This record gives sequence, structure tokens and C-alpha cells, in this order.
Amino acid sequence: MSAATATTATTAATATAAGDLRADGRIPLRAHVRHTSALVRRNLLWIRQDPESMFDAVLFPIVFTLLFVYVFGGSIGQSLGGGQEAYVQYIVPGLMAMMGMNMAQGVGTGFNQDFNTGVMDRFRSLPIGRGSVLFAKISVEMMRMLIATAILMVVGVLVGFDITDWPGLFAAVGLSAVFGSALMWVFLTLGVVMKNAQSVQAMGFLVLMPLQFGSSIFAPPQSMPGWLQNFTEYNPLSSLADAARGLMVGGPVAQDLWMTLAWSVGITAVMAPVAIHKFRTKT
Amino acid sequence: MSVGCRWSCRWDVGGLSAGVATVVGMTRNDKTSGSAVSVRGLVKHYGETKALDGVDLEVREGTVMGVLGPNGAGKTTLVRILSTLLTPTAGHATVAGYDVVRQPRQLRRVIGLTGQYASVDEKLPGWENLYLIGRLLDLPRKEARARADELLERFSLTEAARRPAATYSGGMRRRLDLAASMIGRPAVLYLDEPTTGLDPRTRNEVWDEVKRLVGDGVTVLLTTQYMEEAEQLASELTVVDRGKVIASGGIEQLKARVGGRTLRIRPADPLRLRPLAEALDALGITGLASTTVDTERGAVLVPVLSDEQLTAVVGAVTAHGITLSSLTTELPSLDEVFLSLTGHRASAPQDAAPAETPEEVVAA
Repeated sequence: MSAATATTATTAATATAAGDLRADGRIPLRAHVRHTSALVRRNLLWIRQDPESMFDAVLFPIVFTLLFVYVFGGSIGQSLGGGQEAYVQYIVPGLMAMMGMNMAQGVGTGFNQDFNTGVMDRFRSLPIGRGSVLFAKISVEMMRMLIATAILMVVGVLVGFDITDWPGLFAAVGLSAVFGSALMWVFLTLGVVMKNAQSVQAMGFLVLMPLQFGSSIFAPPQSMPGWLQNFTEYNPLSSLADAARGLMVGGPVAQDLWMTLAWSVGITAVMAPVAIHKFRTKT
Repeated sequence: MSVGCRWSCRWDVGGLSAGVATVVGMTRNDKTSGSAVSVRGLVKHYGETKALDGVDLEVREGTVMGVLGPNGAGKTTLVRILSTLLTPTAGHATVAGYDVVRQPRQLRRVIGLTGQYASVDEKLPGWENLYLIGRLLDLPRKEARARADELLERFSLTEAARRPAATYSGGMRRRLDLAASMIGRPAVLYLDEPTTGLDPRTRNEVWDEVKRLVGDGVTVLLTTQYMEEAEQLASELTVVDRGKVIASGGIEQLKARVGGRTLRIRPADPLRLRPLAEALDALGITGLASTTVDTERGAVLVPVLSDEQLTAVVGAVTAHGITLSSLTTELPSLDEVFLSLTGHRASAPQDAAPAETPEEVVAA
């Protein structure tokens, strides 16, 4: 074996691959952006390859809006002192609040799939920042969330929702995204720990379902039994839904807004280190 | 026992004997001596489980090092540490001069990894998989495109370029995985059980590809459970069991030590089976095993250690005027390798730690 040829091969390899290599191996910001956009392209190609994966984003707002407005709208609307029309004003901001959670769930499930297929090993053995994979996934899920939100608003308007406050509407979308980003750490942890994507989804459903229905998202808590009212009062999803409601249709906002932001910060502070730790030590 | 002593003295257990260690000592000081991968006393514990328990390994530039061992021997743990996916509990390892713990970013630029489970994105077409890796390796768009085309061509995947990898056959997927590992023209390529779960024909395809890569001067660290695969691809071999190196050396030397090859000789006339066996017995060849008769398949099995012995066998057959219908050589299986190196069978796949350290290894 000629040592000379081998050395030449190594030198050539280093020269080709070392485009942006700094002496300390740190990755420049431009490279981070490039890696993230390459990975965004990957996640977008997933959608092109498998358009059904967009179904949930498209169908969720349509099905939920129609279901709640036409099935429960009449009766719940009465307790709001109106009818179905009153309930439309109530439920659309509530559903808006849920968009962020769907995004969080999407990021967690997507991560889980990458781990299970071994693709994550490949990414982690490449000279890229480990955050690139995460940022790419978040970007695509955010995009999915915005599409779902747009559809929700269209369906909402069709069934009679009045958009009175555009800046408030955008603020509500933003708030939902902020809260969703905090919950994302919970789902990322699940995504790293759980064995498959179905479990992540099932687990997310088990956790979110009681939180969602035991909140003011779908119905005003006044008619609930006392113990449940106490629960809804401290449920962050209630604060989020009420804040979104205040922003979109008017009413008190400040306290719920601060509560939501506080919860977001709290969940992130606790769960982000856990998720990052689990990710780092994943074998 | 002169042969046995020679090899057991030289390649004895627990890694490297004094004679070899001197050589290693020299290479460690001399950076230009061409060690692509250098592993010293590598340890990885998971709680009580010792996945790696002090592994030493040296892969020279441009060579193929086979790491042979059963499931749970620590092969994958080793590869994962060398690809910066895991951090070792103790010990040192460098790849192309970069430390796995202190210089992971630089190290990732010079390695290619093909995992035990093909790590391509199944939802993406083959071409997109390669383009993505090219971009992640900082190739400009145009170059990433050209490289993807070139590698698909090279690995005979051009026709399937636009199809999602999920539709590929097992062999195609491994080839795509290999292509993905080659995008950055790595100096060191890890192949972690590249053919596990493939049928024999597909296995040969993958072997051919690996041989071509080696021909290009890539240094390869190959893990495998198959002696045959190691023999096909590797020039040097490290045998691991329960996180420890139990033997290492040139593949020919190790093969000789474990009893070389077994000749399977079938006489054309089944009635001559007995006389053939007696004639060969009379030669007095002393391999690790003795000559045996496989009556069911009508063949005599003769273990031979050297080419001279093989020639003697053929000579004896001719001298007795026995017509043969076939004569094949077989390699010892992993089990036989382990049996002869350690005196115990390859340990079964186990998640629990080896409670008792394999002291019989040291005794062997």
C-alpha cells in the first residue's frame, strides 16, 4: 500500500469538503442559514411526496369549525346570551388558540420519525449545527400552521365570524405561535423518548385532550362544576383562548395575555433543557 | 505447536503484545506515519453495562480494517463514538488526526458513515437525498447537483434517481446510503454491518462497490458478523467480544491461527467416500480440527492451515486415482473463529452487562 497515494487522497478530501471550515471548526452564520434552508427544502419535499400530510392542516379548521358551530353552537350560544352567532364569535378565537399546539405536535412527531429512520444519525455525523434540523422543522410547521390559520379564518368568516380587529387577529396568531413554541419542547422530548410517531401522537392526544376540553376553548366554564372551574381557571389553555378572544373580538386582554406569556416562559424554562439533554444523550 | 505459538505469542489476547506495542508507540509519536484511525483504551459504559471495555485499534491510511464480532460485542458503539454520535466514558480516539471529543466539528468533515440501518430519507427521491447531503456539506448548488448525478451514475441508481427511496430494493437502498456517505469525499469511511439482512446476490453487489471505493484510496473501518465479509473486504482484522479486543492482526495470520480453511471434497462416486477419507487421514494433517466425513452430503471435510497442506491433499487424491465432482474451500464461521480464539462460543446478543469479565479470554 503506497502511503503517498493515501496521503494525496486525504489531502484532496480535506480540500474539497473544507469549504467553510474555520480553524476551530465553528460553523459561520451563513452556513447555518444554508443548512437550514437545505433542510427546509427537504421538509417541503416531504409534503410534495406525500400531500396527504397536509390534510390535517387543511381539514382540522374546517371540520372543527363546522362541527362545533353547527352541532353545539346553538345550545352553547344560548348560555352566552345569544345563539349560534354568539358562539361563532366565541369558538373561532378558541380554535385559533389550538393552532400552535398542532404545530408543536407536528415538530415532535417529525423529529421522532427522523430518529427512527436513522436519518438523524446521518445529520448528526455531518458538520452542521444541530439546531439546523430543528429550525428547519419549525419553519415548515409554522408554515403549515399559517395555512391552517388562514383556512380557519376563511371558514370562520363564511359561518359568520366578524373580523373587527385585524391587528388583534395577528396578535392572536402570534400568541398562539408563542405558546405553541413552548409546548414544542414538550413534544420534542416526547419525540426523542418515544419509540414511534404513533406513540408521540397518542401521548400528545392523551395530554392535550383533557387540557383542551377542560378549558375555556370550546365552552364558557361558568356552567361547569366547581372543581372543574378551578381547573380551567389555572389551565394555561384557558388563558390562551381568553387572550385570543380578547384580542380578536374585544374584551379584557391584559391578565390572560400575561398569564399565557408566563406559562410559555415557564414551560420553555423547564422543558427546553430536558429536551436538549435528551437529544444530546440519545444513542 | 510451532505455528500456534508463533501466532498466539504475537497476536495474543487482550489487544497487542509487547512486540507490537513498541511499533505502535512509534506511530503515535510520528504523525506522518499514516494512521487514519487511532483508538486508545476506549471505554463506554451505560450504567453497569460495559459496551466498550478498553479497546485499542489502529487503522492505517488507505487500508480496510475489519471489526469482527457478534451482536452486542460493542462494534456499533465503537463506530458511533468514532462518528461523534456518542462520547466515550474514557480513553482517546482520533480520526484523521482529529480528536473525537475535542474536535468533533472538524472530524465530521472527513468521515462518511453508513449505518447498520440504511440511513437515507425514504420519503425523498434518491437524487434529493444526495443533493441534500451535498448542500449540508457546503457544496455550492451547482457542484452539489453534479455530485449527486455523478454518484447516482457510479452506484447504478440513475434510473431510480427521481423515485422515493422508499420504493428501492434493499440493495439499492444500501447503495444509495453508500453514495450518501461518499458525497464529501471522506478520508475515512465507516461501514457498520453494511450487508446485514441482504440476500447473497445483493451482498456481492455491495461488496463490489466497497472494493471500488477502497481502490480509490479511502480508508475503511468495517464492522461485520461474517468472517466471509471480513475476508472479502478487509486486510486487517480486529476481533471483539463483550467490549474487548480479543485478537487483532493481518487477516491471513488470524485465519491461519483459527484453523485456516476447510476443504470440502466430494468424490464423483459416493462409494469412494470412505477410501478417500482414509487416504486423507493417512496424510496426517493436523489442523485445529480433524478430518471428518459428511456422509449425508457425500463429502470429506479437511481443515488445512497452509497452501502446502492443500497441495498435499490434492496430491493424495490424484495418487489414489479418485475422481472428484467438487472441491471447495470454506472459511471458518464466526462461531469457529471465536471458539478457537477464546475457547468459548460467540456470546449471544445481550443487553445486560457481562457480569463476569471474560477472564477465560486472558487465559486462552
